[in-house]
Amino acid sequence: MTEIDKLVQGILAGEKRSIARAITIIENNGEKAQKIISAIYPYTGKAYVIGITGPAGSGKSTLIEKIVKKLRENGKSVGVVAVDPTSPFTGGAFLGDRIRMQNLSLDEEVFIRSMASRNSLGGLAKATKDAIKVLDAAGKDYIIVETVGAGQLEVDIVKVAHTVIIVLAPGFGDEIQAIKAGLMEIGDIFVINKADRENADRAVIDLLSALELNTKKKWKPQVIKTVALTGKGVDELLKAIEEHRKYLEAGELEERRRKRIEAELLEAISQRLTDTIIAELKTDKKLESFIEKIMNRESDPYTIADMLLKEKIKRKND
Amino acid sequence: MFDENEIKRIAEERKRWESTTVPKWIETRPERQKEFYTISEIPVKRIYTPEDIKDMDYMRDLGFPGEYPFTRGIHATMYRGRIWTMRQFSGFGTAEQTNKRFKYLLKEGETGLSIAFDYPTIMGYDSDHPMARGEVGRCGVAVSSLKDMEILLDGIPLDKVTTSMTINGPTAMILAMYIAVGDKQGVPREKLGGTVQNDMLKEFIAQKLVIFPPRPSVKLVCDVIEFCAKYMPKWNPISISGYHIREAGATAVQELAFTLADGITYVEEMLKRGLKVDDFAPRLSFFFASHNNFFEEIAKFRAARRMWAKIMKERFGAKNPRSMWMRMHVQTSGCTLTAQQPLNNIVRVTLQALAAVLGGTQSLHTNSFDEALCLPSELAVRVALRTQQIIAYESGVADVVDPLGGSYYVEWLTNEMEERAWEYIHKIEEMGGVIEAIEKGWLQQEIANSAYKYQREIDTKRRIIVGVNEYTTEEHEEVPLLKIDPKVEEEQIAKLQKLRRERDNQKVKQILQKLHDEAEKNVNLMPTIIEAVKAYATLGEICDVLREVYGVYKEMIII
Amino acid sequence: MTERKIRVLIAKPGLDSHDRGAKIVARALRDAGMEVIYTGLRQTPEQIVETAIQEDVDVIGLSILSGAHMTLFPRIMQLLKEKGVKDVMVFAGGIIPDEDAPKLKAIGIKEIFGPGTPTDVIVKFVKENAPKRT
Repeated sequence: MTEIDKLVQGILAGEKRSIARAITIIENNGEKAQKIISAIYPYTGKAYVIGITGPAGSGKSTLIEKIVKKLRENGKSVGVVAVDPTSPFTGGAFLGDRIRMQNLSLDEEVFIRSMASRNSLGGLAKATKDAIKVLDAAGKDYIIVETVGAGQLEVDIVKVAHTVIIVLAPGFGDEIQAIKAGLMEIGDIFVINKADRENADRAVIDLLSALELNTKKKWKPQVIKTVALTGKGVDELLKAIEEHRKYLEAGELEERRRKRIEAELLEAISQRLTDTIIAELKTDKKLESFIEKIMNRESDPYTIADMLLKEKIKRKND
Repeated sequence: MFDENEIKRIAEERKRWESTTVPKWIETRPERQKEFYTISEIPVKRIYTPEDIKDMDYMRDLGFPGEYPFTRGIHATMYRGRIWTMRQFSGFGTAEQTNKRFKYLLKEGETGLSIAFDYPTIMGYDSDHPMARGEVGRCGVAVSSLKDMEILLDGIPLDKVTTSMTINGPTAMILAMYIAVGDKQGVPREKLGGTVQNDMLKEFIAQKLVIFPPRPSVKLVCDVIEFCAKYMPKWNPISISGYHIREAGATAVQELAFTLADGITYVEEMLKRGLKVDDFAPRLSFFFASHNNFFEEIAKFRAARRMWAKIMKERFGAKNPRSMWMRMHVQTSGCTLTAQQPLNNIVRVTLQALAAVLGGTQSLHTNSFDEALCLPSELAVRVALRTQQIIAYESGVADVVDPLGGSYYVEWLTNEMEERAWEYIHKIEEMGGVIEAIEKGWLQQEIANSAYKYQREIDTKRRIIVGVNEYTTEEHEEVPLLKIDPKVEEEQIAKLQKLRRERDNQKVKQILQKLHDEAEKNVNLMPTIIEAVKAYATLGEICDVLREVYGVYKEMIII
Repeated sequence: MTERKIRVLIAKPGLDSHDRGAKIVARALRDAGMEVIYTGLRQTPEQIVETAIQEDVDVIGLSILSGAHMTLFPRIMQLLKEKGVKDVMVFAGGIIPDEDAPKLKAIGIKEIFGPGTPTDVIVKFVKENAPKRT
């Protein structure tokens, strides 16, 4: 049995070391990664994915810990992927979300993994999406993806999650401008955490009126009050998630899955194409000469790209 | 403070000096750095003159010692009347061992006790709790029940000796045990003198020895302050601390500002309970570090006194002058001690202790030279104590009150630190107060940034630490190290098991239930906690009741 | 293929709450391009090892100033062995007397960095000694 086979077997058995190792391989991309994904793909599609996002300090991680605890009480197994931004300057990342969930680290049925965004150009990294597949294939009933609420990452979460939860804390008024309308549009459930604060009810009213403006969705987003520290409101939150799940299963789910698969397929194709052409360029050292040309304004990036593509297709046909 | 014309003349002369005399010197002897800064990044000039403090008003800004604004000292005679309390923080191993160390220190001239508890005790765990594995008696003395406290204080007359206890989360329980011992010795509670640290805000900000979440933690702090205000007038129920904030990496200005902000918060909380400020404020005390930059530290202490006096008088309307006194304890800074060439630390501690004395502290702990390696050995702690005694009796600095008052630099720096600290305090208020700022992680981030910056300065040799990044030696200095016998843990566990067998377990159960019920209401828990410790409920058992009611805190990570 | 990042777990075992050094090291490693997972305070050996497994780290840095290292570190190394974690480099820092260093190295702790160690030294060490996986 090859290394990949062993890993895949381990994943399907829910074995932690295999899951962890597979995710690392996927993060580093390359041939092995693709092989793993292809091998486990048939086993995916069972897990229910919940995306949780919101500004720093809203209490997301504490809330997730309580959600996971509740799901565990209901006998469900859970995977958590916590995504933090990679520094564009140093390439490093500080992954500190699991701290709030450390109690759960010894629960056999809970797997927590911290991932850095690694500056993927289009928001949520492909690696994160693939890591979710691994946890799915490993048999997790629920997978929670947590992101920090800083922009593109979050909007992208809609592409992987069935239910998207936006967590806010009272006093977010100023932050809501910073959050941009994007978040308001992708949320299926909104949570006002730290609801024991004085201005919590005001925050709920503000939020409801902001949501009124967005009538595009068929599903009416729910607003739930929680106090993550004590666990208050978590039962209602889980109920809302189940309601949304039922709503999706009644119709939209198939549609969404189709759209997602389409996006993935197109991305995979374009990625392959790009990778191949760039790989060739790099071996030929042609890249340098093209850059020179563009620097001397003898050509431009688009003309060169077109030419390379034509060449590739021509070569294939020869 | 100065004649306007005089200032003009000095200014002119200074400009002349800077353009003629100084350049000649700089040519042959360029200054060591382009710019000089204190640790708080305050730029310091070559020389200070009356110009720099020309707007000062002696009576308004300095006054006389023992009078508002107390800049020059809270007592009129300061050390001429009574030398500061020499209070060496100690504790390790079993109660018996620490009791021995206490008696040694008292014999050698210490004038007050200061108890260090081990990690399990500080975190509200009994010595036999799984989290206590490997930790019992290592960083302090293990106290799991009243029995341990009785042994710890055996032979120590609580009506004659004041005791400071460095405890925060389980303050109420530990204080309750102390009170119980006092009761047994027949000392009236009003006569008990001492301090409990009891400052939870700084735990959330810096030291992180936190059990319950912020709001219940602050509630317990106030329970203790309220209880003492009523029944123990000689007891300092809180030591509002900047030391730990400093040790976590804050600058001197941050230490000053965050400590005062914490103090303001506690006063506000107590007022919310319906007490009048003069009912409790006289017994609020403070605890600062004394770090390396000699004059910055002195200025810090002076600024602190003046600022607190203003806060109490102007903001809170205190009428009793004692409410305006900032009574402080200072400890020389642990994080400045080096493991390399440990004997150098004796010199560091001396300078830091001197700064504290020139800054007018009421009480002082000097670190031992081996503390970057282990807990102090007997030899090391004796040297630390002697350091204070030599400063007190041989150097002459204790013979004049506020001897640096009037120094152009020191007065300027005091003013500068005050101004910068006010800026921070206002920022925190704008955020909604200390608890809000903690929940936002803002204070923790400020400290983490300062800590990182300081380290980078050392890494790049912009800041020299003798023996570490300069003047290093390959030689290894042999220093006798204090060892903690791992048997301590076994002994403690056995003791606890015996205790649990021999006490009235029914009674314990009853009282713990009573505590549980009271904790769910807004009631002062001290009386019931005293009851519980007297029934020999253990520290862990009492804390567990509160863990159930209040929940357990999880920190927000800021690097 | 994307550039491989060194994943480091910085852990605080036991009750010691002094995290200034751990946080500085975490930040320095992050600034050197590594992915740093920090467990927070008061971790049991079991939690640390489990985290190392789930996060598939290359390196574990243990920080302790309470003197409890001779109890906690052996337990951690033992657990790593029991769980079959073979390719992780472990280093330590804090207040660890010189005389304990040989015993700790004997159980697999690669290096111990005491007070006063420049952060650059630690970063370099981790870069050079993180296991290179294929």
